[in-house]
Amino acid sequence: MSANDLLVDVLRTEGPRVLATLARSTGDFAVAEDALSEAAIVAMRTWKQDGIPDNPRAWLTVVARRKAFDVLRRESARHAKETEAFGWGAQAPVDELEEVIEAIGPDGTLRDDLLRLTFICCHPALSREAQVALALRTLARLEVAAIARAFLVPEATMAKRLVRARAKIATAKIPYAIPADAELPGRLAGVLAVVYLIATEAHAPTEGERITRVDLEAEAVRLARLLAELMPDEPEVLSLLALLLFTSARTPARTNCDGEAVMLPDQDRSLWDTAAIGEGSSWLSRAVAWSGGVAGPYQLQAHLAAAHSTAPTWKETDWDRIIGLYDLLGTITANPVVTLNRAIAVTERYGPEAGLAALEVVRGLERSHLWHAALADALGRLGRRGEAARELQTAISLAPTEPERRLLQARLGTAASG
Amino acid sequence: MALYVALLYYDRDQYWDEPPESEFSPEYTAFARRATEAGVMRGGEKLHPVTTSTTITVSGGKGGDVMLTDGPYAEAKEVLGGYFVLETADLDEAIAWAAQIPAAWSGKIELRPVAPVVRP
Repeated sequence: MSANDLLVDVLRTEGPRVLATLARSTGDFAVAEDALSEAAIVAMRTWKQDGIPDNPRAWLTVVARRKAFDVLRRESARHAKETEAFGWGAQAPVDELEEVIEAIGPDGTLRDDLLRLTFICCHPALSREAQVALALRTLARLEVAAIARAFLVPEATMAKRLVRARAKIATAKIPYAIPADAELPGRLAGVLAVVYLIATEAHAPTEGERITRVDLEAEAVRLARLLAELMPDEPEVLSLLALLLFTSARTPARTNCDGEAVMLPDQDRSLWDTAAIGEGSSWLSRAVAWSGGVAGPYQLQAHLAAAHSTAPTWKETDWDRIIGLYDLLGTITANPVVTLNRAIAVTERYGPEAGLAALEVVRGLERSHLWHAALADALGRLGRRGEAARELQTAISLAPTEPERRLLQARLGTAASG
Repeated sequence: MALYVALLYYDRDQYWDEPPESEFSPEYTAFARRATEAGVMRGGEKLHPVTTSTTITVSGGKGGDVMLTDGPYAEAKEVLGGYFVLETADLDEAIAWAAQIPAAWSGKIELRPVAPVVRP
């Protein structure tokens, strides 16, 4: 890691922690956010010259707090009331490091502050788009320009989205609070959905050229790690982290040297990141230990990813286990993709005839290239070449990305010549 | 504390002649009593059906001709049927109260924070 990368990494790791503390003490999310952004600029400049301080969090807090104080003082000229919200530091000089470290509070306070920050970013009164943008900006400290690039929108659009979301938090008074026990499961599911959405966006862009966007995948893992640190006894949180580690482990094998997409059956498994798979397995065991025998949807998906990650080859995959897991997943979600993937596993385990029968009963994926491609595969194996080619052609016309289209074209070519 | 207006929207077809809240009348009374006892209720009114409304616009801006339209503004599928003003600690609390208003069960409720008016 270069000195500059290290700097950025420290800023991105400590940033949300400083922000969480500051949001509580100022009572104003937007002010805290602006103050931290200014402090980060100062840190980049100063640390480049003097090196990273021993306690970068306290350093950042001191500077950010000073900035927040400036902002509030400017505003208080207009709204005298708002200085009251600035709980501490209004009278005291703000350069006492010891005092600041005290104000950061013990780990428990910081943990609660970070949880509040997480839940405010993923509050259901904000649009899913706004939640994703806030999570990436506020919790992962990703630059606005980078978020905009990842979601293929102009930077100004993304900036406006963030400003609007923060303004709604302040104006509509979305609470900086950990949800009550009764609401916690639903709210937690919302937080996990945001992180999962960021990860799926990384793997399956719905248009355009690139097959993966590694940046977003790393961000999703970063966020899942933060959540696992904050909620170490929530099995679905740990399962999501495991799932994301398993899938990110396959990224090096997901494209070949020509930049073409490579699907799971054809991937060079020696390229998989074994460290990430190992880490995923250990998070998954922890999730299982905490779940008391009741597996949630992320745990089932993590088990599925684990089954693929530990199989030596596509052929030697434990298909019975995979079919069983899809059966369980089917009982808690009504997603036709689950039925499709189960049918693909049936094809591998019991042969193309059984697979075709399972594929033909899938409903709701008539416009999905994945379903038509799976049908083509089963038909091809049964020697029904003409029907297989027709299904492949349909799949090609429906494929959302150029690399996937090319992949299907290649399959059509092989089928015709073979 | 924060002030919100809960705007009660009903399906236009359902609302055209007869305000649907009449069937929930006891529920509305009970909600108003609970919210008042909790110190959350800051006011509210029920509106007559949109068949009685008049839409006004001054054409050409201030001082222009007053133009009238019989009926509500905009051909929306949902129409405003009434409102409550609620004062709560934050949005979560306001949402919890709004979910108890019968209009939310068959129609929709929009919660809007009230902007403080700066007086000279």
